[in-house]
Amino acid sequence: MPEARIEFRNVTKRFPAKGRGEPDVLAVRNVTISIADGEVVALIGPSGCGKSTLLNMGSGLYLPTEGTVEVDGTRVDGPNRHVAFMLQKDLLLPWRSIRENAELGLEIRGAPAAERRERAMSLLAKCHLSGFEHHYPHQLSGGMRQRAALARTLAVDPAVLLMDEPFSALDAQTKMVLQQDLAETLAAERKTALLITHDLVESIALSDRVYVMSERPGTIIEEIVIEIPGREDPMRRRRDPRVGAYVAELMSLLHVGERKEAA
Amino acid sequence: MLGVLRGSTATASLAVLVAFLAAWEWLPALAGIPEFILPPPSRVWQEFLRMSANERLWYHSGITSMEVVVGFLLGSLLGIVIGFVLGMAPRAELVLSPYILALQIAPKVAFAPLFVMWLGYTVYPKILVAVLIVFFPVMVNVLTAVRTVDPDMVNLARSFSATRWQVFRMIEYPASLAPLFSGLRIAATLAVIGVVVGELVGGNLGLGYLLTYGEGQGNTAMVFVTIILLTFIGIVAYAGVVLVERRVLHYMPKAQHATV
Repeated sequence: MPEARIEFRNVTKRFPAKGRGEPDVLAVRNVTISIADGEVVALIGPSGCGKSTLLNMGSGLYLPTEGTVEVDGTRVDGPNRHVAFMLQKDLLLPWRSIRENAELGLEIRGAPAAERRERAMSLLAKCHLSGFEHHYPHQLSGGMRQRAALARTLAVDPAVLLMDEPFSALDAQTKMVLQQDLAETLAAERKTALLITHDLVESIALSDRVYVMSERPGTIIEEIVIEIPGREDPMRRRRDPRVGAYVAELMSLLHVGERKEAA
Repeated sequence: MLGVLRGSTATASLAVLVAFLAAWEWLPALAGIPEFILPPPSRVWQEFLRMSANERLWYHSGITSMEVVVGFLLGSLLGIVIGFVLGMAPRAELVLSPYILALQIAPKVAFAPLFVMWLGYTVYPKILVAVLIVFFPVMVNVLTAVRTVDPDMVNLARSFSATRWQVFRMIEYPASLAPLFSGLRIAATLAVIGVVVGELVGGNLGLGYLLTYGEGQGNTAMVFVTIILLTFIGIVAYAGVVLVERRVLHYMPKAQHATV
């Protein structure tokens, strides 16, 4: 395996119990994930399996109880310059214009105004938001807002992008367009990304590999390499006949449809 | 209100006012209610002119307005500062919360006699009542706002390695502005109440004093004039807050700009 860009090594996370006398909550258990430079990896699992906990540890917001997270061989012990995250919620600040929102990370890191402005404008253009730089978030559609969030994430030029169901709040068609844009951008910029999702087809269409997690306490139960060419073109990948076989494999791993009466 | 009413709505509102004034002018006389109980608008207007000339009405109005403005500003400032401090120090808030609650429940205007005893028949006890009554809605709104900031927004800033001060300046403070202004609107009307109660209790300054003076004289029209002027001061204070709010919260969707 080539040098890992980001690596979760035997990571376990426990949260303190809420009530007295209750046991600690084990969110994730012994997770090992390794993502090479330029690779896009999806992480899929049932809801509540600790996917988001992993993402928070990747961005340094939580520290693992056991094990380590490393980016470029350096241990992650707090928020750092190498990792940026993007959530289902766009988290655009309503009091900032779209351009000012895209500049947020650069502004926090102390970049000069002219430089961050230029960078924000060029990324917004890449994210098809030219002409909306001076709008406020409430004036934009859900898809456009998520594009702005992507521009904000890319603006800090992170080594690794961590994405937690970034498209799950969008309607089906907007979602496909944004997936396409994301895949093209990731390929063009040669970005490394961990994409958490519960959408089986999304995980297959967008990534090089898929990790499957078990129910809580979550651990990796399977790793599937997606052997369909053209990761930068998920629209085309979706039409590939092999997608069906991957979906079937993921469904059986996740026990989808086995408890019919429970649904 | 204020520039929102347009066309037919404004006409209808005006019609209601005219109908109300007409009813007030003529109905009490028809019902045999004497003028010293319910003076008609024309009588109130005459009294207004008399008071302007002989009772230093504008001087007293000016004193009351000044007390309202100073009390509102000091009380709001105090509420904002304490609200942010407690909002960012959850432990301190937990320790202090029973006392804050007790003070919040205590009827603030009941402190007026105490303040007059402490500070004499000056403008200060009136301002102090206003400060006390304005403080709570502002502090509680700021405190709640800081507490309910989306933790993911804070995490977003933290993921960019934001310092505590940057999180406050870029996330918590701007996120608190909308609730702060709802608190300030309430505070603007409460400030007038606080000042008037202070003036009623003691001294010979302000519209509250004119109220008791008119009452002592059995001059109903004088009381009416004073009530109307107090209401006017309240409206101006409220409108002032709304005006500033519109400038500061210009990024808000228009629908959230409910005026009342």
